[in-house]
Amino acid sequence: MLTYIKVFLVGGLLCAIGEALILKTKLTPARILVTYITAGVVLSAVGLYAPLVRFASAGATVPLTGFGHALAQGAISGVQENGLLGAFTGGLSATAGGIAAAIFFGFLAAMFFKPQPKD
Amino acid sequence: MDKNQQTDRKAALEHYAELVHRFTPKSHLAQGCLRAFWVGGSICMLGQAIADVGASWLKLTTTSSLMLASVVLVFLTALLTGIGIFDKIAQYAGAGTVVPITGFANAMVSPAMEFKPEGWVLGTGARLFTIAGPVLVFGISSSVVVGVLYYFIRW
Amino acid sequence: MPQNRIGERTILFPHAPGILAAAAVVGPKEGKGPFGQAFDLVIDDPMYGQESYEQAEHAIYREACQRCCQKAGIETRDVQALLGGDLLNQIMAASLAARELEVPFLGLYGACSTMSESLILGAILTDGGYASPVICAAGSHFCTAERQYRFPLEYGGQRSLAAQWTVTGTGACLLSGEAETAMAHITGATIGQVVDMGINDASNMGAAMAPAAANTLLRHFQDTGRTPEDYDKIITGDLGQVGSDLLRELLKESGITLTKEKHLDCGLEIFDPKDDIHAGGSGCGCSASVLASHLLPRIHKGEWQRILFMATGALLSPTTSQQGETIPGVAHAVVIEGGK
Repeated sequence: MLTYIKVFLVGGLLCAIGEALILKTKLTPARILVTYITAGVVLSAVGLYAPLVRFASAGATVPLTGFGHALAQGAISGVQENGLLGAFTGGLSATAGGIAAAIFFGFLAAMFFKPQPKD
Repeated sequence: MDKNQQTDRKAALEHYAELVHRFTPKSHLAQGCLRAFWVGGSICMLGQAIADVGASWLKLTTTSSLMLASVVLVFLTALLTGIGIFDKIAQYAGAGTVVPITGFANAMVSPAMEFKPEGWVLGTGARLFTIAGPVLVFGISSSVVVGVLYYFIRW
Repeated sequence: MPQNRIGERTILFPHAPGILAAAAVVGPKEGKGPFGQAFDLVIDDPMYGQESYEQAEHAIYREACQRCCQKAGIETRDVQALLGGDLLNQIMAASLAARELEVPFLGLYGACSTMSESLILGAILTDGGYASPVICAAGSHFCTAERQYRFPLEYGGQRSLAAQWTVTGTGACLLSGEAETAMAHITGATIGQVVDMGINDASNMGAAMAPAAANTLLRHFQDTGRTPEDYDKIITGDLGQVGSDLLRELLKESGITLTKEKHLDCGLEIFDPKDDIHAGGSGCGCSASVLASHLLPRIHKGEWQRILFMATGALLSPTTSQQGETIPGVAHAVVIEGGK
């Protein structure tokens, strides 16, 4: 149960910061996505994000910063296993599931659904 | 424009910017953040629940179960986007749905659907990446930089 | 100095070309608004039985033009010119409608000011004896405007409080030089200049357009020696809440009082106030469909003697916006009067 409270608080806080950035700066949601993933890569590389993941689990991995963390850790372990080539293969390998899912389900959704007019 | 005109123009622009600021309704920061907080936090808890199920039933490792959570959340986003509900939740939650992986998934699914009339290849296929493409470009590029740095420095 | 001009920016139409008929075809959301009963056709599916929203937009456009001719008792093939535009890239809705109407076509683009632009040029053609009758039309569609200027329909983004809602609909007027049975007459117009006061927020278009509207109004009053008192209503196209407040404030600073009662913004009137549409309606179809269904009939009935119809346009494209260009606005004023 405690885990879930930590997940809720950390995940919620990352989102609330995002909302404050949208409302108070000129950052559009698309730029927020880019900012968060890049921030995740950087924080992970300097070793700050892994402790957050240990603390809050999905609360840190579900937000897009977690996606950046997975990319960075993938690149680092890629280098450890395969040398310089791993810098190129590691990131995508570690995140392949999420990316492939988004592409595939996006394609499926386009097959079965039509955009709805808004009212 | 001579110098005087330039200063006049600058003053007029500043004055108008003040007027616009005065007449434009302000969004509620506290309300927006609170909504983003509870919806975003709930999405993460759902992710944790999926991961826990993956770990206990499918005997996945921690990393794999968290990856499973991402994949399932992406699937749920695609479904909710397809049936036209996701944007209504997002209108309420703002960053609460943008920041989790749901925002990334919606950014790929919505143009894929939207541009279907332009064909499967140049419509759906190409436009799938219009909003989410930059995320991959910056995310992957920065991870490559991290990997290369790591190769040379090994911290 | 050309003879039919007064002041710096204003033209007069000595023969006061008549508006024989007007028609508006709109979407379901607009149909639920206060003018719902007044529209000639409210479609219940924004796709209008077509394969894409772009096709729907041009079908709506064609339908409005045809209904306008029907109401005037004129065969479409007798129309000597269609002057009109829309918001799509390369004004495709109007162009595709013109393909099917098979009439001479002059495509116009003035963003949401297109209806004023087409009325002015249509009045010049008919008053000068170059063409009669002519159709003046402008249309927009929420679903096509969203994907072109903003995001896919199912994209989950929050709309800002100053954001406006593009009207789905087309308004068309039939202008004629022989105007004995006209519902209203066009007696003058002030062509506006492009004004840019440095607004770069594409979700606050009212603020981008208000200075152009104020500029055109001031020029009009200066040129004609009139004041707001000389009009039953001063009508703006789609300034919305923010833009309307700004317009009145800018006029006040220039010594002109435009009261809330005297001013009518089509964008503020077209939707049901209960709908959460934030700052109001927008799009070429907004002022065009309100003109056709609400404004002209009131002149026809004699409730108003003289109005100033001023559609307002924000001249932006996604490309220039992304390059950081500010948003220029433009507004043209058309004097519309009752029986000669």
